[in-house]
Amino acid sequence: MVSSTGLSNIFAPETTPAQWIVDLSVFVLSITGIIFVVVAGLLVYALWKFRATREDANREPAQVYGSTQIELAWTVIPILIVVVLFLATARVIHAVQDATKPPNALDVTVIGHQFWWEFRYPTLGIVTANELHIPVSDPAHPRPTFLKLLSADTDHSFWIPQLGGKTDLIPNHPNTMWMDPRRAGVFLGQCAQYCGTQHGKMLLSVSVDSTEDFDAWVRAQQQHGGETEVRLKPDTTYESVLAGKRVFETTACINCHAIGGSVANGRYGPDLTHFMSRKTLASGAVANTTTNLRLWIENPEAIKPGSLMPAMKLNDADLDAVVRYMETLR
Amino acid sequence: MSSDVMAIPSLRPARQPWVEAAHEWITTVDHKRIGLLYIFYGLLFLVIAGVEALVIRIQLMFPHNDFVSPQVFNRLFTMHGTTMIFFVAMPVLFGFVNYLVPLMIGARDMAFPRLNAFSFWLTALGGALLYFSFIGGSGLYGAGNAPDFGWWAYAPLALKAFSPGHSSDYWTISLLVSGFGSIGTAVNVIATVLCMRCPGMHLGRMPLLAWLALTMAVLLILAVAPLSAAQLMLMVDRYLGGHFFDTQAGGSATLWMHFFWIFGHPEVYVLVIPCFAFVSEIVPVFSRKPIFGYPVMVAATVCIAFVSMSVWAHHMFTIGMNSYANGFFAITTMAVGVPTGIKIFNWLGTMWGGRIVLKTPMLFCIAFLFQFLIAGLTGIMMSSAPFDWQLSLSYFVVAHFHYVIVGGILFAIFGAFHYWYPKVTGRLMSETLGKWHFWLFVIGFHVTFDLMHIPGMLGMPRRIYTYDPGRGWDTLNLLVSLGAFIQAVAVLIFVWNLVFSYWKGKRAGNDPWDAWTLEWSVSSPPPAYNFATIPTVASRRPLWDLKHPEDPDCRYE
Repeated sequence: MVSSTGLSNIFAPETTPAQWIVDLSVFVLSITGIIFVVVAGLLVYALWKFRATREDANREPAQVYGSTQIELAWTVIPILIVVVLFLATARVIHAVQDATKPPNALDVTVIGHQFWWEFRYPTLGIVTANELHIPVSDPAHPRPTFLKLLSADTDHSFWIPQLGGKTDLIPNHPNTMWMDPRRAGVFLGQCAQYCGTQHGKMLLSVSVDSTEDFDAWVRAQQQHGGETEVRLKPDTTYESVLAGKRVFETTACINCHAIGGSVANGRYGPDLTHFMSRKTLASGAVANTTTNLRLWIENPEAIKPGSLMPAMKLNDADLDAVVRYMETLR
Repeated sequence: MSSDVMAIPSLRPARQPWVEAAHEWITTVDHKRIGLLYIFYGLLFLVIAGVEALVIRIQLMFPHNDFVSPQVFNRLFTMHGTTMIFFVAMPVLFGFVNYLVPLMIGARDMAFPRLNAFSFWLTALGGALLYFSFIGGSGLYGAGNAPDFGWWAYAPLALKAFSPGHSSDYWTISLLVSGFGSIGTAVNVIATVLCMRCPGMHLGRMPLLAWLALTMAVLLILAVAPLSAAQLMLMVDRYLGGHFFDTQAGGSATLWMHFFWIFGHPEVYVLVIPCFAFVSEIVPVFSRKPIFGYPVMVAATVCIAFVSMSVWAHHMFTIGMNSYANGFFAITTMAVGVPTGIKIFNWLGTMWGGRIVLKTPMLFCIAFLFQFLIAGLTGIMMSSAPFDWQLSLSYFVVAHFHYVIVGGILFAIFGAFHYWYPKVTGRLMSETLGKWHFWLFVIGFHVTFDLMHIPGMLGMPRRIYTYDPGRGWDTLNLLVSLGAFIQAVAVLIFVWNLVFSYWKGKRAGNDPWDAWTLEWSVSSPPPAYNFATIPTVASRRPLWDLKHPEDPDCRYE
């Protein structure tokens, strides 16, 4: 996956919650930095000043047992630091977690699966996978996106560092998070909670779109097949695409996958209605090209060993036909 | 004081047949031998789990590397973590505590010698069982695999639906068994410290190591119980149709997390408190001053133990607890930093105005102080829950806890080895090899674990078997892996030092470091009965009083 927005650095915030976290972290780092400099400095000084030398080899230094005043000082000061740190922390915790959802917020439901992400836009009638599209939020007229986080199987965690802290997706324990990204771009992240064999390739990309681009994307996603014209690639015939659709609909593909406008309505795997609108396949594992797609259907273990998609055991003709069909799913 | 035993060559007894020697070691109930058994056991697994770490680091040296498959990688990080915590750190630390506590309190053995042996053998069985999984556990796809769900075994990943086969059960049962061993040790330590101190040694005159062993033991009992309970519940879910953690039947994934971390957090204090004990014994001797603020050190440790029972959900800041819960655990976690900081200041106060002798045990303790300070400060960063929402589950936290466990705990353990090896074997470890070991390990440690914080801040999550290029993680991971190899070389030097010094080390005598606690009053190695006559003490430093009759501690305490 390629980011257009620089590295996924937690110190490059693009949303309000991410910015609040950076501001708090700078404060925390300053305090811990000062503590480090003072204590480590005293340690270094002590090591130099009180090191044993040949001259004092036979004398023991003054046997001091302690000092109540010093103990009090270095108890009270840390307690005060803790109080200040806690107040700064509590404020941000509440601001982020207890934020009220404005009426114009976009709702997205995120469902974590082994090893891919399902995105549903309940108010827009869209179901997609792995690459999230959300609108830019102008600070003057904020339009945040509120994510509801669910899981279909084990624990996962949604983490796009530039867009905010992570929140886990835990089965039977719905969570919420929100983001109001201030500029358009593609932001990368990935699952952060170990969820099984392919936890490492459960990648995430969030495309923050300008209002026009987002509306266009929504309109395209809301098509459920059948309405749009099938655009064929140069060397593909309509008959071969239909042949591929037939293979798809008469094999086990439909048990797991859904394609709008067809009989396939499986929910176990990603929705493929607009498969070609995604830049990658297998949740960011490889780029969405003809070669990779063919390899993925033929032998998923070659791309993502341990993924739950089985090798479909299609003969070459059927495999080519299915690939041709899938490439029409824009 | 007891006298050295001199061997008169012509009257040396005939060499014992090895079968008899082995039988003695296997059936021993002597706390010193049991202590050594624990330590050898821990060292063996240190090497094994270290190799697991090296394989992990080789896999992560380059993006899209395929040195090992994801399945093998996931087993490696699970086994590395589980082994290091339960079969390296705990045995080594229990070994030191077992060996030293009776000697330091003027007792002949632990309170329950047979329970002591039983606890060791339970632990040993646990480790063997865990590693048997490599050949015995059968997953869905064939013979032999080790658990692969991380050392926390989060549900529902650990349930039958997501972990078929028996690899998970090896994790569960081996830890359940060694957990009972840990409880046995804890009970033994508590009884020994409370009941078997020599005359004159009231609680305020015990060496700090004895106090910290006592605290560790109480915490251990409190911590292991919830883990064992959770493991039994997991077995009920997996085999008896239970649904404690089965979210698809209304069970709770977060329930496992609470149980696990109520164990997991106090557990890390169980690991670090004996290391505080080592540092508290070594730093005064090599600063030539008593520990600064003994009563405060005791109070701070007890305080840490209490507060550490209330911080566990700082491991769960990202799971979606409400803002009040997150706030509560943030403040308790920050609060536990206060007594911990006080201890660091007291060690500094011990060195201050002293005469610091930079022998190998002290070098390791000084590095401990710097590194534990940094580890504690990154912990404070993560106690601030919103900052933790970024840092948690990333390589930042992996760097943090390795800073504590390697930079803190392992360094203190190395210091303890160098300090007490002469007592155990009668010979000093080589200072030259020790310094090579120290400096190489410091360099390797910092290359690996300082740099490791950065990929975390750049978005690299933990427990991933590979990563894409272009995320800013490539060079950092390569350097981190190189540091690991430097540490491996240093550890090999350490092992060589242990072996070489046993035969060729300089003879140590009773008291090579001019120290002040009772273990230095007996021969090196001590006789089986420890003390010919049980001593009577009048202060915290009985040997100081003997060596300085003009200025004894008992006049000032």
